[in-house]
Amino acid sequence: MSGVIVNEVRKGFYLDSVALMRFSRTIAGLEGIEEAALMMGTPANRRIMSDAGLLEDAGKAAEGGDLVIGIRAKDQKSADHALGESRALLDQPTAKDGDAAVWRPRTLRAAVKLAPESNLALISVPGDFAVAEARKAIRRGLHTMIFSDNVDIAEEAALKREAHELGCLVMGPDCGTAIINGTALAFANRVPRGDIGIVGASGTGTQEVSCLIAQYGSGVSHAIGVGGRDLKPEVGAISTLMAIDALDADPGTKHIVLVSKPPETEVAAKVLERIGESAKPATICFIGADESSMPANATQVFSLKDAARVACGMNDEDVKSADAGAAVSIQPGRSQVRGLFAGGTLCAEAQVIFKAADFPTISNAPIPGVPSLDKANGGHPMLDLGEDEYTQGKPHPMIDPSVRDDVIIEALKDEAVAVILADMVIGYGAHDDPAGYFAGILKEHGVEGGPLVIASVTGTEEDPQIRSIQMAKLEAAGVHVAPTNADAAAWALSAIRSNG
Amino acid sequence: MKAEMKVIEDANREALKRMLSGDPVLVDVIPAMEAITELKERMILHAGPPIGWDGLCGPMRGAITGIAVFEGWAPDLEVAEKLAADGAFDFHPNHHFDAVGPMTGLTTLSQPVMVVENRTFGNRAYCALNEGLGKVMRFGGNDDEVLDRLRWLRDVLGPAMSKALRSGDGISLKSLVARGLTMGDEMHQRNVACSGLTLRAMSPALASTSTDTEALSDILSFIGGNDQFFLNIAMAMGKAIMDPVRGIEGSSLVTAMSRNGTDFGIRVSGTGDKWFTAPVEMPEGLYFPGFTEADANPDMGDSTIVETIGLGGFAMGAAPAVAGFVGAGTASEAANFTRTMGEITLGENPEWTIPALDYLGVPTGIDIRLVVETGLSPTINTGIAHKEPGVGQVGAGVVRAPMACFEQALHAFAQSVGVS
Amino acid sequence: MSESKVKTLLEEPLRVVNIGLEGFAKELDQQGVKVIQVDWTPPAGGDTKLANLLSKLGT
Repeated sequence: MSGVIVNEVRKGFYLDSVALMRFSRTIAGLEGIEEAALMMGTPANRRIMSDAGLLEDAGKAAEGGDLVIGIRAKDQKSADHALGESRALLDQPTAKDGDAAVWRPRTLRAAVKLAPESNLALISVPGDFAVAEARKAIRRGLHTMIFSDNVDIAEEAALKREAHELGCLVMGPDCGTAIINGTALAFANRVPRGDIGIVGASGTGTQEVSCLIAQYGSGVSHAIGVGGRDLKPEVGAISTLMAIDALDADPGTKHIVLVSKPPETEVAAKVLERIGESAKPATICFIGADESSMPANATQVFSLKDAARVACGMNDEDVKSADAGAAVSIQPGRSQVRGLFAGGTLCAEAQVIFKAADFPTISNAPIPGVPSLDKANGGHPMLDLGEDEYTQGKPHPMIDPSVRDDVIIEALKDEAVAVILADMVIGYGAHDDPAGYFAGILKEHGVEGGPLVIASVTGTEEDPQIRSIQMAKLEAAGVHVAPTNADAAAWALSAIRSNG
Repeated sequence: MKAEMKVIEDANREALKRMLSGDPVLVDVIPAMEAITELKERMILHAGPPIGWDGLCGPMRGAITGIAVFEGWAPDLEVAEKLAADGAFDFHPNHHFDAVGPMTGLTTLSQPVMVVENRTFGNRAYCALNEGLGKVMRFGGNDDEVLDRLRWLRDVLGPAMSKALRSGDGISLKSLVARGLTMGDEMHQRNVACSGLTLRAMSPALASTSTDTEALSDILSFIGGNDQFFLNIAMAMGKAIMDPVRGIEGSSLVTAMSRNGTDFGIRVSGTGDKWFTAPVEMPEGLYFPGFTEADANPDMGDSTIVETIGLGGFAMGAAPAVAGFVGAGTASEAANFTRTMGEITLGENPEWTIPALDYLGVPTGIDIRLVVETGLSPTINTGIAHKEPGVGQVGAGVVRAPMACFEQALHAFAQSVGVS
Repeated sequence: MSESKVKTLLEEPLRVVNIGLEGFAKELDQQGVKVIQVDWTPPAGGDTKLANLLSKLGT
């Protein structure tokens, strides 16, 4: 074997063999080095080094308790450099601070082993896998919130039946919002604690009601989400009934609010019967439903705003705002209100307000009595931009407001549009500045004499985005900002009425 | 819960109970022919699942020719190889005869084997004596030095250990391993502490039963100079613990993992003695000076029985240095290996705990369902042999059990419990 | 029985296992809630046949 062989022996210097093998690899990889090893000088090791052509007299004389550096290099300069590097490694063998590897469990099973006191699983994996994960959770005694959508309804029903037997609550699938014991889960707002409990089959509905409760000076005990299909006959309101049971038994809840799309008669009857068994007063908002008979302790309301108002024990007058819509003029020849909503239930509420005033609407997410978009011509379009046709392969507009760009720009340029009606939903989970983003679009694409823009902000002052700052950004961009989504719809109506 | 799930849950509970209740004791060293009465002339037990001469890798062939000379079946290595190729030898896995062997793991008539008795169940398991480092048969070494050492093990060390062990009640291994874990052993790559503890336990009896102080001195220095001496004891212990867990209907627990240098094989309690095999993988690790990955043989040996009982790669957190074979080599990484193996095991061993992990018990009872579900295959700490016969060990590292074994096993297991 | 268990959820501090979007875990952490993130991957590496078999074998 050719080259320069350099040995250095450190008497009585011990290092672990694996650490030394790592050093050996490092030194052997240096420029100009043919082979290198750092080993304890045991006979077996010296033989390995000798076989590798690394030993000269100094190394050969080493003993088991000595450390031997053996280097074979192309030239003396490379050998000296490698020896210097070897010394440096031996003198500073410790790991750096802060490079400790963090362990994260790969499965729910391991997570629960690690944190056996866990009581809720929050599941947002793709829908195909969500039920399997939820099933594992309930079998370990965890309540679950399933944010995932695209779950088969039969699977949802089967899961909820099993969970019911086990005494576990399943919020979802497609449950976007919950507030449990003061904690905001997924898309929820920071609202003060209070004595109003919410059961919500609608995420943005729950957000609007809980934020208005905060705006009206009250607070929320818990907001339990149940998922958009819990009140369908196939599921039979399993989670809704469990949620009502829990709020009924909860000493911190004095008033129960139920928010849902209109359920079918049979399911509605079952739910209302359970409400009627409670001693607590209740407010029922089946958004888009007609008036129907209620248990003695329950009041039916038709908008999210009224749900919050009644739950807070306030009158219409208490929550009245100056109608900005009546005071503005719109361009002649324009007559359409176009609603561009991120929140599905906020879109529904706007339809309710228009319907009550006998103004026709059309929608991709119509409430009962409103024609769907593709089946009618005429009527004010109310678009739920969180629906599948807009979010296929894209995030929800509450997370990524750019999903709304195209329809906003289209509306701004459309000479038939008198009013653009929009919502800004803030809070946990939501985009960090939806109003600022919206203002930017208006600034870039707005036209002189174009449509009037009316919006509201669903959120609170305690939310990370801060409601008043979001409102100020909208106002600075020329948007008329209503105190509630219902008011925004009413203002839009006033605007086209006063100019009609 | 569905009926079959209840069956599986109960079966696995029973399997884990049997594992944890095992009481392995090192009781004797005897010639293989006495331990395994089925052994015959020209019969060779080897590591891993069944395989014939044609499928064998270089080191395995090297060891076989060596052992043929050692047993007197051939005058030299050349003749031995020719005999082997002509089908003169009868090959069987160690696992089929209550035995295990490291790397090539050959067991033949006259080799001394250590006897570990599982006192809870009364079964025994066997493993040859560890030959030490350097050129050794378990890495395919077969020259005179290798064969001379085997003769010394047979004629001197084996009988001496036998006398020493028989003079007392044997060495209880459960508590010895528990101590070893607290002293930095994981019982596959690291056996320094347990080797020392074993020597300490045996020394008085070795001395009192010895009539030849020179031989005694050789014995003490051989064991004392062999950091891996305990590995073979740990392996016999593993086999003794796992054998009573075999054949529990409905149990998805792995009862053996093993490699023959060509294939990796596993056995599952609920599917009896069937092997599920797949091509074995290359270890990732560090090499001795003068060697690289290009020299390495694929993974080999019955020593994975140690991982099967929750030690080795599963107990990496106890021996942080071993994590240095792969990745950054930090103690926190070592701990993560152990925690990750907890994802694929049914429980922890409350008697074998790791101080640095807040006395977390080693992850115990590999469940094929969890392996397939998580995609995490068992981590195995291993030595690396040269791919050519006769060269020996060239490095050490970490290897993963092939996922295909577990997938095959899962299908067969599902069938065994009537699920498709 | 179901009543009392869900009621307990409303009375105790939340301790969450988050499976999926990490942002949810971060926001829970910001609220001072104990949360453990699962490093989730599809079961059986996304092999739906195997995953289906596994679900029948009850892991």
